[in-house]
Amino acid sequence: MKKGYNELKMTVDAKSVNESFCRAAVGAFIAQLDPTVEELSDIKTAVSEAVTNCIVHAYAEQDGKIYIQVRITDGVYTEIKIRDTGCGISDIAKARQPLFTTLGGDRSGLGFTVMESFCDVLRVRSKPGQGTTVVIEKRIFGKR
Amino acid sequence: MGVRMIPQGTNLYAFLEGEIDHHSAVFLRTSIDEALVQSCPRELVLDFSGVTFMDSSGIGLIMGRYRAASAQDCRVRVMNVKERDLRLMKMSGLEKIVEFGVCV
Ligand SMILES: Nc1ncnc2c1ncn2[C@@H]1O[C@H](COP(=O)(O)OP(=O)(O)O)[C@@H](O)[C@H]1O
Ligand SMILES: [Mg+2]
Repeated sequence: MKKGYNELKMTVDAKSVNESFCRAAVGAFIAQLDPTVEELSDIKTAVSEAVTNCIVHAYAEQDGKIYIQVRITDGVYTEIKIRDTGCGISDIAKARQPLFTTLGGDRSGLGFTVMESFCDVLRVRSKPGQGTTVVIEKRIFGKR
Repeated sequence: MGVRMIPQGTNLYAFLEGEIDHHSAVFLRTSIDEALVQSCPRELVLDFSGVTFMDSSGIGLIMGRYRAASAQDCRVRVMNVKERDLRLMKMSGLEKIVEFGVCV
């Protein structure tokens, strides 16, 4: 057993009713690091953004799976991977720009901006037609 | 998640409660827009004091209500947003189009 290492893996259906479950589950797993209220809600918000993107963009509200992996290393670093096998993103740099959205309606185009500003690192890998992986990293300083 | 819609004089109050995400926003949007059409207020007041979580869907919700309200000559005011969510709202430049009331 590696000290300070812990991992969670889960697969959920891409249904909007699961958005709250996903952020709550990741939050509950991270809770062992004794995060501040602020850190916890930063992570929940980022997870909510990434999961919502899988549902509304990757699978366009059709059936699909969302793969979530959370890794804790050295007892303070969290790395959260959220992967889909949906439509993919052709221009990642453009997609990450604030206010950019390919959907009209009530999408604000701020999902990536929120993930970026609430976490330390945001990496996006994608292949059109194959899917997208979003990796969020955040160090938890906690209440100590 | 829910919303209580209360018309008062020329104002229409929307007291939002619980978590705002893409899932709950669908219901919130319908409830607010229906009341908006019914009571034709001068001002729509979105009260966030009961909101325990929001992601960027909350911003989309406000922007969408701003569009719906503007179409019927109604202003929008946002009240009692928590400090943290205000930070999120400011990323969107929302304060340029809607008025912010007391924030906590
Ligand atoms: N998982 C994904 N699969 C396919 N496209 C995506 C995915 N995530 C984001 N996108 C694209 O990036 C754009 C910007 O995403 P985001 O910043 O979250 O804004 P919004 O969700 O409001 O459109 C989306 O409009 C979409 O075109
Ligand atoms: Mg999004």
